[in-house]
Amino acid sequence: MTGNKVAVIGYGISSYGALSPEVSYKEMMYEACVQAYQMAGIDPRKDVDSFVSSSEDFSEGTSIFDEYIPDQMGAMLRPTQTIAGDGLHGVASGVMQILTGRFEVVVVEAHSKASNLTDHIGLIHFACDPVFTRPLLAHPYFLAGLEMRSFLLASGNTIEQCAQVVVKNKNNALLNLLGVHSAKIALEDVLSSEPNFEPLKNIESAKPRDAGFCIVLASEKVAKNFNPEPVWITGIGWCSDSFQPEQREWAIPAYAKLSAEMAYRQAGIKQPNQAFSLVEIDDSFSYKELQHLEAIGIAGIGKAGTMLEQGAFEINGVLPVNPSGGSLGCGNFSEANGLFRLIEVAKQLKKDAVGYQVNNAKSGLAMSWRGLPTASGAVCVLEV
Amino acid sequence: MGLRRVAIVGAGLTKFMRRAEETGRELSFYAGKMALESAGMTLKDIQCVAESTAPDAFDGVHMNGEYLSDGSGGWRKPYLRSYVGGGSGVFVVIHGWYQVASGMFDTCLVVASEKMSSCHPHPQGAFLNIFDNFIERPLGCNLLWIFALEMNRYMTVHNISHEQIALVSVKNKRNALDNPVAQIPEKITVQDVLNSEVLAWPVHRLDISPTSDGAGALVLVSEELAYKYTDKPVWIDGVGWNLDTTYWTNKDLYYPRYVEKAAKMAYKMAGITEPRKEIHIAEPYDPFDYKELHHMEGLLLCEKGEAPKLTEKGVTQRDGALPTCPSGGLLGVGNPIAASGVMKVCEMFWQLRGEAGARQVTRDCKTALAQAWGDLMQVGTVVVLRK
Repeated sequence: MTGNKVAVIGYGISSYGALSPEVSYKEMMYEACVQAYQMAGIDPRKDVDSFVSSSEDFSEGTSIFDEYIPDQMGAMLRPTQTIAGDGLHGVASGVMQILTGRFEVVVVEAHSKASNLTDHIGLIHFACDPVFTRPLLAHPYFLAGLEMRSFLLASGNTIEQCAQVVVKNKNNALLNLLGVHSAKIALEDVLSSEPNFEPLKNIESAKPRDAGFCIVLASEKVAKNFNPEPVWITGIGWCSDSFQPEQREWAIPAYAKLSAEMAYRQAGIKQPNQAFSLVEIDDSFSYKELQHLEAIGIAGIGKAGTMLEQGAFEINGVLPVNPSGGSLGCGNFSEANGLFRLIEVAKQLKKDAVGYQVNNAKSGLAMSWRGLPTASGAVCVLEV
Repeated sequence: MGLRRVAIVGAGLTKFMRRAEETGRELSFYAGKMALESAGMTLKDIQCVAESTAPDAFDGVHMNGEYLSDGSGGWRKPYLRSYVGGGSGVFVVIHGWYQVASGMFDTCLVVASEKMSSCHPHPQGAFLNIFDNFIERPLGCNLLWIFALEMNRYMTVHNISHEQIALVSVKNKRNALDNPVAQIPEKITVQDVLNSEVLAWPVHRLDISPTSDGAGALVLVSEELAYKYTDKPVWIDGVGWNLDTTYWTNKDLYYPRYVEKAAKMAYKMAGITEPRKEIHIAEPYDPFDYKELHHMEGLLLCEKGEAPKLTEKGVTQRDGALPTCPSGGLLGVGNPIAASGVMKVCEMFWQLRGEAGARQVTRDCKTALAQAWGDLMQVGTVVVLRK
């Protein structure tokens, strides 16, 4: 990464249930941050140069949400900001701050308190273009149904292969404490699920849930003072395609392709299909996992489904994909999705993924998409 | 990598107005286009986009940054929206700075836009939702109430009269007469301010900036590229930001300690040890007239309680020793929240280059400062610029 890398010296997760009536979002943030600080061995009041939270006002139900982040992160009267984006966008901000040479330790936080939302679909509807898309008054998931059909047609992947993604991820999630949407299911269970946005079936959509995540980043210079065996971020890329659905690339999403190219360039990766021990990739909808795998060059165009059927992406396969269970197995964490995936990769690289540990994990990729109706994503490459 | 200087080479502003016919995306596009053209660049020269806009509640669009992305030039580029409420307009310049200073990018388009007029019947309504869900929202608060508390506290502690504070409004609205993008430039007197309607004692109508639509943009490049695009780069030599506790009721409002911390961070980076001598011109954030004074003190440009006296002496006029808000500030140019911070940095850019036209200050300026403020009297964002 322009000759440098940034360390992840600590991470924390709070609230392992689908709902979190026992804590407020502030308590959830506090618990995740304290865990991450303890793992990193840092005092947030002394050792941290900058704090970043990835959040969106409407998801929080509060305008100007950055008002409400400092105290529970130990960040009051310190350089503190929000990024209105995915957790990986927050990580990108932290990484860049460290690479300026003026910041040594940066904390990045993101959380989801989806259970506070009374109308999740209404919120997505509210994110649609108010002039061209919103007046259609359609359930916003119609965009996913259309995109799935477009992707399958262009790539040659099949409905059955998409269903297999659900089977893999929900079964993987049985082994993960975060896997609240895990299920021991078979292909026919998915195929017999009710289609609600043809060809997309109900069970193929990740369901909103709560949780808090926090990571501590450090410069190469100071990382080992805190953690002798950190995980290294060697590349991070992000990109937005057109916000207008009718103007964007549907079959091979440009946001994923260009984000990955940027991250690979920094990490010096020439052959992404051979570069990683595991991949944690956006699977907000079943087809998205296959589509993203092809867009970022892990699988050839039209090949992801076949590789999946051959078992390549299983936990003990050639290239485990979403061994955590992904969003289909663990849930949709909204702005925190990217941080969830990054921490899952870090856990694997630290041999901390108890029950679903990938063999000999040395490098991994976390990829996130901001969800409907956006065309924004980010990719992060991690190594030990 | 690291410690590389970042230059501003282009700037653009749309007109600030109460109700724009253009959408936020169009306003962003116009500002970005002007900034690029001023540097002789096109979007092809831009490697990344840093964007900011304040509460989504104004536009009624969730993930408003996504909605504004292509209008801001972010199409198929690394595009990020940073956000610290009212402080966003200067923070987005800091955000652009770290994108380039990191070595990850050589060029960055910084865009901030605000479309407040979409919020009916008045954007003030959107501010109800910035308050604490349990303790404050049930009171039906608005921003004027809490800033009235702060203004009152500031006046009480330092024994400052409303007449002294009103001088800021008189100065800034008059300065704005020379600014072609200004929304409410006006020649008024102290008496006009005191006679204007009381909105929340001691805040009168003419103590406050208006609600506005508008956009601003800047082009940032690495030091290696600066002279390729201009003979007169303006360097971002110091940046600072700071966020105070959420619990604003637990602190003394007479002094913005978070602004002081943000300023000290920026001064340290810029190697400034005596800001009163080394800062030659400033755009402190002035959504209310007392805020310019409050911020001058927080920025360590004078002693606590001294800012009103400097204003009375004319020190902060365009021909004074420390001109403040020569643009006309938010009080005269308007306050499209995030865009107004970028407007302040644009003004300092033009002043340092000697391109401010009728607004050009008398003294020779080498070092300038722009600052923004926001949230629940909580965030300070500061940049120090040098030519």
